[in-house]
Amino acid sequence: MCGIVGLFLKNDEMRPRLGDMLTDMLITMTDRGPDSAGIAIYGDEDEGCLKITIQSDTPDEAFSGLKENLTTAAGLPVGVKVLDTHAVLTLPSDSEAEVMSALADKGLRIMGIGSSMEIFKEVGLPRDVAARFDLRNMGGSHGIGHTRMATESAVTTMGAHPFSTAPDQCLVHNGSLSNHNQMRRKLARKGVVTQSENDTEVGAAYISSRIAEGATLGEALEDTINDLDGFFTFVTGTKNGFGVVRDPIACKPAVMAETEDYVAFASEYRAFADLPNIEAATVWEPEPATVYFWER
Amino acid sequence: MTTTDLREVNTTLQAAAKSQANEAYVVINPRGSHAMACGLDGPLNVTIKGSTGYYCAGMNKEASVTVEGSAGPGVAENMMSGVVTIEGDASQYAGATGHGGLLNIKGNASSRCGISMKGIDIVVHGNIGHMSAFMAQKGNLVVLGDAGDALGDSLYEARLFVRGSVKSLGADCIEKQMRLEHIELLKELLEKAGADAKPEEFKRYGSARQLYHFNIDNVDAY
Repeated sequence: MCGIVGLFLKNDEMRPRLGDMLTDMLITMTDRGPDSAGIAIYGDEDEGCLKITIQSDTPDEAFSGLKENLTTAAGLPVGVKVLDTHAVLTLPSDSEAEVMSALADKGLRIMGIGSSMEIFKEVGLPRDVAARFDLRNMGGSHGIGHTRMATESAVTTMGAHPFSTAPDQCLVHNGSLSNHNQMRRKLARKGVVTQSENDTEVGAAYISSRIAEGATLGEALEDTINDLDGFFTFVTGTKNGFGVVRDPIACKPAVMAETEDYVAFASEYRAFADLPNIEAATVWEPEPATVYFWER
Repeated sequence: MTTTDLREVNTTLQAAAKSQANEAYVVINPRGSHAMACGLDGPLNVTIKGSTGYYCAGMNKEASVTVEGSAGPGVAENMMSGVVTIEGDASQYAGATGHGGLLNIKGNASSRCGISMKGIDIVVHGNIGHMSAFMAQKGNLVVLGDAGDALGDSLYEARLFVRGSVKSLGADCIEKQMRLEHIELLKELLEKAGADAKPEEFKRYGSARQLYHFNIDNVDAY
């Protein structure tokens, strides 16, 4: 069991409240996943800039002097915003290769890369994880979150969701994939490298690799129904919105709500209880084996 | 329920039902809570103003529970008697294993509606999802809209009535003739559920009874 939440704002005036609303939704889903929690938040973009979210188990040591090191490597100023075990780097897009190489030298973990996406995930109760990263005060256009009850791999930071395997793309999952080892080997033969033993990371890598081969996100999600075996409700975040797909058996729950101001996704209706004007929302269950999209 | 604990709400409702007081309760702000008004064992009228989570009105006996919203998975699971009404939609496995009473869903029900039903009457005013009435043993499932894939798979003796289309029938489920007795039964069920439909518009589905006994011709399949 796991919990998924997602919120896509149609009303820009609500952007400063995105983190606050998502945090409440995430905490409500603690019963479904108390092991670890994570969130991908799509915030403001800086023209010509890239954001890289990194993580270290020894942040004091790893992040000290990082700004200077990376600025030297890039040859241009690199911004470093430290949040607990994570740091969000802001760098000129054309210095990505130099910065990535400098990060690899220091052994830092990459959580996600994108023009607007930032990813924060850690082991622990969703309430504690949210507090460590101050998720409540984050703004943005949309975000997805996950509370984990581990099945296919150990309870570790790298086993927590969301998983990002391409710029501005991420995936959260409720369920378990039964052919993930086979798919991991297939992807490896194509040169797609995964970082963990986790089944969902394989799902994320599969979707990214289909997109890299020329599929649209919609087609890649359609393909998960044929190529991934097991149970899944997937929510995938993109720069412009999010997509939802459930396996044909659809035993993993999913519910959606839409008002004039937002589209919300959750594993259970409980997560919607405090959303503004939820009484007037259209609430429905996504159909099995059907791809849904919300984009701006 | 913004101020009252779920356990306190259920304990109060269960005690009121047990005391045979025939009272009426209204629950406000249910906030999608799980197991709302479950295990009621006696006459009681409960109205829940809003949407509920998993297992609402489970094991209901004699009580009448109305959800003025939508219900999460497993609503009225293993219901024995009484009436459970859902004004909105119901999630998967609504009325699963129900032994008796009426589950009246005004909206749609998703997959596995009436799975392993054992005597309950379920009326769905909208559509139902895939694998509904799987291994249904007894009782009646009435659907005013359409049914999803594999309706009535491995069905025993429950009767299924569908007004709209059926995407596909499950193993051993076949269309059967609507006889006068079925028209009368359906008329009564539709009236009880306050459904605006004519019994003549429905088709009846039931078990072909081919899975009841071991067939030597199938020995290679084992």
